[in-house]
Amino acid sequence: MKQAASMLEIRNLSARVEGNDILRQLTLSIRPGEVHAIMGPNGAGKSTLGNVLAGRPGYEVTGGEVLFQGKDLLAMEIEERAREGVFLAFQYPVEIPGVSNMEFLKAAVDARRRHRGESELSSFDFMKLARDAAKRVSLDQAFLKRGVNEGFSGGEKKRNEIMQMMLLEPSLCILDETDSGLDIDALQVVAAGVNAMRDGQRSFIVVTHYQRLLDYIVPDHVHVLAAGRIARSGGKELALELEAKGYSWLEDEGV
Amino acid sequence: MRDGPLCGHRASHRHRGESVSEQVESLIRKDYSAGFHTQIESDTLRPGLDEDVIRFISAKKEEPQWLLEWRLKAFRAWQEMEEPTWAHVSYPLVDFQALSYYSAPRSMANKPKSLDEVDPELLATYAKLGIPLHEQEALAGVAVDAVFDSVSVVTTYRAKLEEVGVIFCPISEAVHRFPELVKKYLGSVVPQKDNFYAALNSAVFSDGSFVYIPKGVRCPMELSTYFRINEVKTGQFERTLIVADEGSHVSYLEGCTAPMRDENQLHAAVVELVALDDAQIKYSTVQNWYPGDKEGKGGIYNFVTKRGVCHRNARISWTQVETGSAITWKYPSCILKGDNSVGEFYSVALTNNLQQADTGTKMIHLGKNTRSTIVAKGISAGRSQSAYRGLVRINAGAEGARNYTQCDSLLIGDRCGAHTFPYIESRNASAVIEHEATTSKVSDDQLFLCQQRGLDAEKAVSMIVNGFCREVFKELPMEFAVEAGKLLEVSLEGSVG
Repeated sequence: MKQAASMLEIRNLSARVEGNDILRQLTLSIRPGEVHAIMGPNGAGKSTLGNVLAGRPGYEVTGGEVLFQGKDLLAMEIEERAREGVFLAFQYPVEIPGVSNMEFLKAAVDARRRHRGESELSSFDFMKLARDAAKRVSLDQAFLKRGVNEGFSGGEKKRNEIMQMMLLEPSLCILDETDSGLDIDALQVVAAGVNAMRDGQRSFIVVTHYQRLLDYIVPDHVHVLAAGRIARSGGKELALELEAKGYSWLEDEGV
Repeated sequence: MRDGPLCGHRASHRHRGESVSEQVESLIRKDYSAGFHTQIESDTLRPGLDEDVIRFISAKKEEPQWLLEWRLKAFRAWQEMEEPTWAHVSYPLVDFQALSYYSAPRSMANKPKSLDEVDPELLATYAKLGIPLHEQEALAGVAVDAVFDSVSVVTTYRAKLEEVGVIFCPISEAVHRFPELVKKYLGSVVPQKDNFYAALNSAVFSDGSFVYIPKGVRCPMELSTYFRINEVKTGQFERTLIVADEGSHVSYLEGCTAPMRDENQLHAAVVELVALDDAQIKYSTVQNWYPGDKEGKGGIYNFVTKRGVCHRNARISWTQVETGSAITWKYPSCILKGDNSVGEFYSVALTNNLQQADTGTKMIHLGKNTRSTIVAKGISAGRSQSAYRGLVRINAGAEGARNYTQCDSLLIGDRCGAHTFPYIESRNASAVIEHEATTSKVSDDQLFLCQQRGLDAEKAVSMIVNGFCREVFKELPMEFAVEAGKLLEVSLEGSVG
């Protein structure tokens, strides 16, 4: 059996949004079980990276390659990437009025299970899983019956994202500024949910503007993104350095 | 390739050069599954409309003199009327002289006494449409009247219904068996001269269902009529009359399909509901007439007049899911005549390709403390046009009347249109009228969220649209709510591009 030595291999990835080059030959390697934090100033391309990996329409790849567990990720359809195990927790989760969270989640979980050659869950078994996941992110059971994100507060939407992540059991989780707009309690709930999913195999890309989240989700590697490429990489102490100095010193150093 | 809103305002390039809208567009375009034609010998009247044709239809049904006079009166009125043009639809005027006004399978000429005597081809047609007419195979708890072109083929469960006094039979038969009831109520809600198509229908109506629920009886099963247009160049002009006597309850459902043809075919029905004191009528429609092809060729012109009158404490609910027809012109309405009566209208109208729909309701408040609720959901895709047109009228005597209207439009793609024409007339200061309207689009972001969670685009769109329609679907009888959801899925296929 060949265990993929690499979870994600990004090589010289360049991407464009609305005609503007955002990512410029970005290279990054992530092994199973690792947590990588992506930091950087606004406009550096942090969110673009997550969206390109997930295959969002409008994000045009102009060069480079991405291997996910050894497979060509960029050749896959959006839903195929998801079923293979790439999960993007959205910065701004959208509402889908009238579609219950439960119905939505069951369809998603079933799609993932079918893809893995597993049978669909019975409604009863799924309910049990969903209730348990809701509890773990401190969402009331009532949220399962409500429309997807319909009338949810900012914090509830983010917790809902983490709940989805728990149910879908992805191999690679991309958290796109999940901390934005969260109070400290919600932040801790989200972080506890993420930490509970760290099992030595699952990998995480945590995109954030602030160091604060990394007090709770401690990364193995921190990368600073500037002008579409990785300007600096280091351990968790790099995040603290950024917090103290801001981002402008990067430019001063001419990177 | 075209940029629809599904691929949004952003550059619509993906790694593999495919936008979301193209994905949706490339979804398999299933054929209209009810579009087959049944090879059967029919007696079809020569095309054209004059008094002789009306006398022929009346004679064919061995009608009493009063009914022939009634038809002729309608015909003479119709000749003086003009085809209405105020609806937000456009189509070449119908050549009424080119249509045939009566067509019946030849095998029906001898009036089969039981299912065993009915032409197997006819039974097979309904079985193929998912409507088995043998009672033991039928949906439990649903009685069906099957109308094929101009005649009723069979009505199931009649004996069982008659045990509790419920009459459910073809209207042509009711004319003979229950002449007083028919004479009393026919045209009492939709008069012969009500409008152009109602007058035409009154003159030439061929068959349809008649329902009478006696005092205090709760009809033990769902009643339904299934309309099928089969013969070429014919119009279908059915007439349905439902009378719910004091304190009775009934739930009724109609379904409609037609073969796929290049010519347009006319369907001009009239439905009259009478809910006497304390009675309740729930009338649901799943309309799936052939909508025409992707280029707008063919399809049914669905010009229908539906109206109910509510006496004291009575309630009428119209629920409709309209996915078919090239053109829909239809306003199921309630006259809230009695004090404390209630009218409801729940509607989903979906148009795709080049379909046009102008549909809505009229709620006429006459009695005190009358209440009405309108929930209309319009979904437009392709190059279709969909309009909601509704009238809420509160007359001077309608103390304490209330209306709530909610009108939502969902657009899929950027070449379709949704329009809202609400009319409110209040002559009583105590009335409370609320109107809410929204327009939204199936957004890129919604689709992307679904796909990122592993759903394919087809499933995602149907889920989003079903969610949008939820408030209406929950009003449908349970057996049909699932059906309606599926119908929507099929109707939406290839909806964007």
